[in-house]
Amino acid sequence: MSSGKRILSDFKVFSRGYLRNRFGLFFGLIFPVILILIFGAIFSGTGTSPVNVYVQNQDVGPFASPQMNIAQQFLNSLNNTGVIKITMVSDSENFSKYLASQSASDGIIIPENFSADYLVGNPVNVIVYGNPTSSTSSIVSGAVNGVINYFNLNYYKQNATPIISVTQTTVNTQQTKYIDFLVPGLIGFAILVSPMFSMVNISSEYKKTKIFKQLSLTPLTKNEWLTSKIMWYITLGVFSFLFMVAVGIFLFGAHITLTVWLIPFLILGPMMFCSLGMLVGTITKNPETAGVIGNVVTFPMMFLSGTFFPISIMPQYLQSIAHVLPLFYIIQGLNNVMVYANYSGAIIDLAVTAVITAVFFLLAVRLFKWRED
Amino acid sequence: MMPIEVSALKKCYGDLKAVDEISFTVNKGEVFGLLGPNGAGKTTTIEILEGLRAKDGGDVKVLGLDPWKNGYELHKKIGVIPQEFTFLEKITPREAIIYYADLFDIKVNPDEILKEVLLEDSAKTNFDSLSGGQKQKTGLALALVGTPEMLFLDEPTTGLDPNARRAIWDVIRGLKAKGKTIILTTHYLDEAQQLADRVAIMDHGHIVAMGTSDEIIAQHGSGERLEIHGTEELAHYIKANTELQVEYDRQRSIISIPLKQKIDALSALAAADQSKMDYGEIQTRRDSLDDVFVKLVSGRVDEHGEIISGNNENNRGAKK
Repeated sequence: MSSGKRILSDFKVFSRGYLRNRFGLFFGLIFPVILILIFGAIFSGTGTSPVNVYVQNQDVGPFASPQMNIAQQFLNSLNNTGVIKITMVSDSENFSKYLASQSASDGIIIPENFSADYLVGNPVNVIVYGNPTSSTSSIVSGAVNGVINYFNLNYYKQNATPIISVTQTTVNTQQTKYIDFLVPGLIGFAILVSPMFSMVNISSEYKKTKIFKQLSLTPLTKNEWLTSKIMWYITLGVFSFLFMVAVGIFLFGAHITLTVWLIPFLILGPMMFCSLGMLVGTITKNPETAGVIGNVVTFPMMFLSGTFFPISIMPQYLQSIAHVLPLFYIIQGLNNVMVYANYSGAIIDLAVTAVITAVFFLLAVRLFKWRED
Repeated sequence: MMPIEVSALKKCYGDLKAVDEISFTVNKGEVFGLLGPNGAGKTTTIEILEGLRAKDGGDVKVLGLDPWKNGYELHKKIGVIPQEFTFLEKITPREAIIYYADLFDIKVNPDEILKEVLLEDSAKTNFDSLSGGQKQKTGLALALVGTPEMLFLDEPTTGLDPNARRAIWDVIRGLKAKGKTIILTTHYLDEAQQLADRVAIMDHGHIVAMGTSDEIIAQHGSGERLEIHGTEELAHYIKANTELQVEYDRQRSIISIPLKQKIDALSALAAADQSKMDYGEIQTRRDSLDDVFVKLVSGRVDEHGEIISGNNENNRGAKK
């Protein structure tokens, strides 16, 4: 019988067993989708509730009449868009410090003499604060720009030159939404968690309960066995990928690109973590130790590789740590492909991923034994 | 050529000699029992025979093959159930049989095998929901997939309740009737007596006795003896007033007198009567395999295979 046929029959048995185990299925497929729903909902502003924006109005007048208070009219117009809810900040506060103290990133500053300058035709500038990773920021800047256009248009009727401009502060030129980062991040998460936890557990449990010995009595070889596991986790990873992309695009309007460049990441990723999980289970003495070591290896990767948020918002030392975590290169690669279309960056990530995968795989194959001496 | 030939087999775990130069052969169609307490070296021995463990010294031939080097060849001809058989959680016995048949690339009728091991009723239950006995039967079923000439059963009934154990015995008897050579390890004496044609008693890595039950009893048993239920004082009296050898078992209050000839029983009883002391039941008996086993391994063995009485409980190697 050919090796391929044995791999397929083992694949069939393992995948069927996996699908019967609701716990595994939950963690493999449903859990990452739940995460994307939760994080997507928390950080997306696509819901009906308006985005909270802090506004400091430095234009305190005096105004000859209420009609002359253009700043107030401007704010009323913003309020009327319905997508933002304005919270006023006293003009004695340092605005950026105040935003930080409120853990807020969205804010608007109306400058001094805004109304007077507007009325006499001097150019005025509105400052908008935002965070590139937050989709709320794009809503805010969208609303502000809309209102400014309206005011400029009104002015045009009289004078024909736009007078209000916008300066965006701490706003990256990249108009990327949080969900765009979240989709590749959580795909990386799924690629890591399912094979890793599963293989750590299987390899140590099968050793303890002598299932490996039992299997060694059949013509199935350990490499065929490992291959069928990798095939299954690639399959699972692809389904996970499809689910998350669908949720990201259809529910949260993520802007992500799907190209063939994703395929090598979706193959190498599960292969890397199957091998790593296998290694952990192989070199540890019992399932308890294997579980602990598995967690020690997995958890930092789970949070520090850019899964839930881009590593650029982390302090420098954590960013350095991220660069030694294998998952980082997969997620960065997925980001480069799906979000930035930066293929020259992706090819480097792919190369690093391939090398790490090869090392883990060869070590796992070499150290993993069916039988004992 | 014998199906199994073992000579001077040795295996050490560090300083512990788990198997210390043992030799035996197994005949075709025979049920051969390796009997002994935990740590005696039974599992190590059987795993070396199965090709699951490397040996440190000596010669082993199973069906003419070196089990470690020719494991792949050998495994097509033998069936094995490891101790406390466990398998994939979410697979039914029927699916497991088909899986094995696929791996061996053979066609089998799963229902026939299930019937052979009396497991038809649980054919579609996931492995993790089976009882201990049903799990062992699944192991037996898998061992039978390749229609092996030889079966290795490592403690097939350990931890099972009496009914489940008897059911497994029935299956093993059925296989024996089909002419399969079976090597069985157990720490249950009754199991060895019920199933095995020949037994090797192992202790501390040595074979301390080997043969049929009768042969072992004849060789290591004490022969016929008279037992009188009575006091130690009476034992002393009989000893003082006859030429006989007298032993006393304080725990059971039994005076035991080996009989060189049957007439010795009369002199012992005459002395007892003469003493005017009271005594209870009298009987003559021979050593059972149980008595010989207790003598040879220096203690009784509980249902988990641990020695519970006797004087050499220390130094027993943990199983690896």
